[in-house]
Amino acid sequence: MQLDSKIPGGPLETKWDRHRFDLKLVNPANKRKFEIIVVGTGLAGGSASAALAELGYNVKTFCIQDTPRRAHSIAAQGGINAAKNYPNDGDSIWRLFYDTIKGGDFRAREGNVYRLAQVSNLIIDHCVALGLPFAREYGGLLANRSFGGAQVSRTFYARGQTGQQLLLCCYQGMMRQIAAGQITMFPRREMLELVTVNGQARGIVVRNLLTGEIERHAAHAVVLATGGYGNVFYLSTNGAGSNVSAAWKAYKKGAGFANPCYTQIHPTCIPVHGDYQSKLTLMSESLRNDGRVWVPKQAGDKRPPHEIPESERDYYLERIYPSFGNLAPRDISSRAAKLMCDQGKGVGSTGLAVYLDFADAIKRLGRKVIEERYGNLFQMYHKITDQDPYEVPMMIFPASHYTMGGLWVDYNLMSTIPGLFALGEANFSDHGANRLGASALMQGLADGYFVIPYTMGGYLGGTPLTEVNTSHPAFTEAEAAAKARTEKLLGIKGKRTAASFHRDLGNIMWEYCGMGRNDEGMKKALKLIADLRGDFWQNLLIPGTDKNFNQSLERAGRVADFLEFAELLVTDALARRESCGGHFNEAFQTEDHEPLRDDENMCHAAVWEYAGEGKDPIFNKEPLVFENVKLAVRSYK
Amino acid sequence: MSGKNINLTLKIWRQNSPEDRGRWEIFQAKDISTEASFLEMLDIVNEQLALAGKEPVAFDHDCREGICGTCGCAVNGRPHGPDRETTLCQLHMRRFQEGDTLVIEPYRARAFPVIKDLVVDRSAFDGVIQAGGFVSVNTGQAQDANNLPVPRDDAERAMDAAACIGCGACVAACPNAAAMLFVSAKVSHLAVLPQGRTEAARRALSMVAQMDAAGFGNCTNHKECEVECPKGISISNIARLNREFIKAGLASKE
Repeated sequence: MQLDSKIPGGPLETKWDRHRFDLKLVNPANKRKFEIIVVGTGLAGGSASAALAELGYNVKTFCIQDTPRRAHSIAAQGGINAAKNYPNDGDSIWRLFYDTIKGGDFRAREGNVYRLAQVSNLIIDHCVALGLPFAREYGGLLANRSFGGAQVSRTFYARGQTGQQLLLCCYQGMMRQIAAGQITMFPRREMLELVTVNGQARGIVVRNLLTGEIERHAAHAVVLATGGYGNVFYLSTNGAGSNVSAAWKAYKKGAGFANPCYTQIHPTCIPVHGDYQSKLTLMSESLRNDGRVWVPKQAGDKRPPHEIPESERDYYLERIYPSFGNLAPRDISSRAAKLMCDQGKGVGSTGLAVYLDFADAIKRLGRKVIEERYGNLFQMYHKITDQDPYEVPMMIFPASHYTMGGLWVDYNLMSTIPGLFALGEANFSDHGANRLGASALMQGLADGYFVIPYTMGGYLGGTPLTEVNTSHPAFTEAEAAAKARTEKLLGIKGKRTAASFHRDLGNIMWEYCGMGRNDEGMKKALKLIADLRGDFWQNLLIPGTDKNFNQSLERAGRVADFLEFAELLVTDALARRESCGGHFNEAFQTEDHEPLRDDENMCHAAVWEYAGEGKDPIFNKEPLVFENVKLAVRSYK
Repeated sequence: MSGKNINLTLKIWRQNSPEDRGRWEIFQAKDISTEASFLEMLDIVNEQLALAGKEPVAFDHDCREGICGTCGCAVNGRPHGPDRETTLCQLHMRRFQEGDTLVIEPYRARAFPVIKDLVVDRSAFDGVIQAGGFVSVNTGQAQDANNLPVPRDDAERAMDAAACIGCGACVAACPNAAAMLFVSAKVSHLAVLPQGRTEAARRALSMVAQMDAAGFGNCTNHKECEVECPKGISISNIARLNREFIKAGLASKE
């Protein structure tokens, strides 16, 4: 596998400008001749669809939901980062770049991350022009707040619904292009196969989820913006439909999969409460602007929170990380919460929770201000737990939230398959081993609005492409493969539902490859996953048929892919002989339980290559070169 | 968070396809934790149905935290169930008592045909947004974001309207199956912001025209929509839509 990152040489600050000049252009009349498939309509896919259509390309966009406005980006709460430095508090493109590189534990590419910081400001400008109702100060200018891993206030927000408002901007932009005839929208379609011709991505095979029909769609390039794989843990903050399938199909067609072991466990989620539970709900990191995290000093202290006096509380984040306090990065805060619970200081009926307390903030600012800042989040919490967070501290616990790993892409966001691009959470490019809060929205929109419109032109303008339509044998073959797999799934006629297999897989992953990992557990996980997968293909039960709307069949296909993918995740985690960011192998830690990197041997992206059914994946690596940043121990103390 | 378990009778609408006439089916939901959400209760029932060799009840859902707008059906005649400002996925079983009967059916509206069981086709909403629910700015054209101050109260009012999740409860709640709350929320969101003013007249006219064409009914001020809206969208938005529409009609050069 060739891994050429195509990072332009020369000074960091001008790499993107020079690259854009070097990229080939497609003239307006020729853009009309190109068709581009975009799969997924979250921030990355939605913005890419709109921006490419605005340029004049013919875009065909697919999503599994009933409308593009449902994509899970909509659930992002706290905000979006940009290096505007409006608060005059010392921010700059360089600082956003540095914070992101450091936040990612020095496991991301300098060139990509610098570009991300550069275009961050354009995103804010564009979204405001589109009518996004960002929070404002009384003077009418934009308001900012702070997020984890930063000492400046660079986060723009729309109450606790920033993701919703950004996604609706993308969606409205798409609707405008649909009306203009530039985008053809295919909702309720699931990608079952990627089609390659002469080694180039030239189309997809999808299932129409309403009718069960298998459809073929050809194009000159394919963009996957299909999100992350956090649902491999079953319980996560992801939407129920979020899955790895499209990326996994691409992997099996030859796209390299990078760093699958980098999974982000978010520190502030509502704790697990029953075995029927279907998801975990995030309480935005923005809450840590004003909330204080604590546990009782004494292990086993079961008194209700208001009976525990100040002197017997341990505000452990403020104690261990005084300079960042409650805004320590996510991976660090999550592990600290786990450590407290492991020491018996956890609270709540299960002992698997810590307090997030707003009493001080309410005393300082008044209830009204807190309501304005976080009202919808407090309401969400109240509805789920039946407890009023204005009166009692929230109880929170870490949960699977975001995945930094994904399809390997070069500087153009192209995978190892020519013509196959991956955007947003689906790629691996910008967050290294840990993502900072409010940076996912930034990356999704950077990729879709401000990177792919240029690099797509570079590809189409500079690549000879033969005429391919859906009667090409590659489509016939892909369709046959998709149908055979569906038939195989339906033919098992066993006794267990896909949901129950998914839950078991999640338990294995959380137990042995979650927040704390060790070699013994991971080796055990590999065996358990293989056994579970064996049972799945023997014992799966899917009610109904493939000839109509069948949610059980949809779920089964996705769980089947998770059962394969989970093995790659664990394999990658075992191969990374260090701890960094979201990957914490207990064998590699400092005396203070901080992750211990091995920059000499592990300063690379691990890129896995599919070797065929039943064969071990092939390990490749892309060395990470740091020319501008000095690798340092990440300290937030 | 200590709950108990309750037993319920569910009367659920079953319909195999848009063409099917549909029918009611009765299920017993046993030992349901009051800490479970309504959708988790349906998950439990569906797991039992599947194991008994029957087809589970189809229902739409995704984020399960009240923001994506995917879920929704009527519970005892009320979209998203009995609680104010609550989506179906946020509704919890502690709201119900031992022995309750719940009547669960899809949203009923001509513009929202049933796809299967509790799943309806709300793509008519997309059509209304396509008619003008946007600001016509291409990527790359924007000026610096702070060059355009927006009074804080205007931004807040815009945000109140923009909070709409497009779930369709307003249509289901309306005796006329009107989409006025949905349409007015988008028109208001963009009309109170300077960025949206340029196209305000055209937007109001064409979105209303598309709303009519899609088969939604007329507003006769029943105000049910406001009561059932899970995001608390106010009917004052409808008043603003009417103003925008009349203004646009008077000034129209088309």
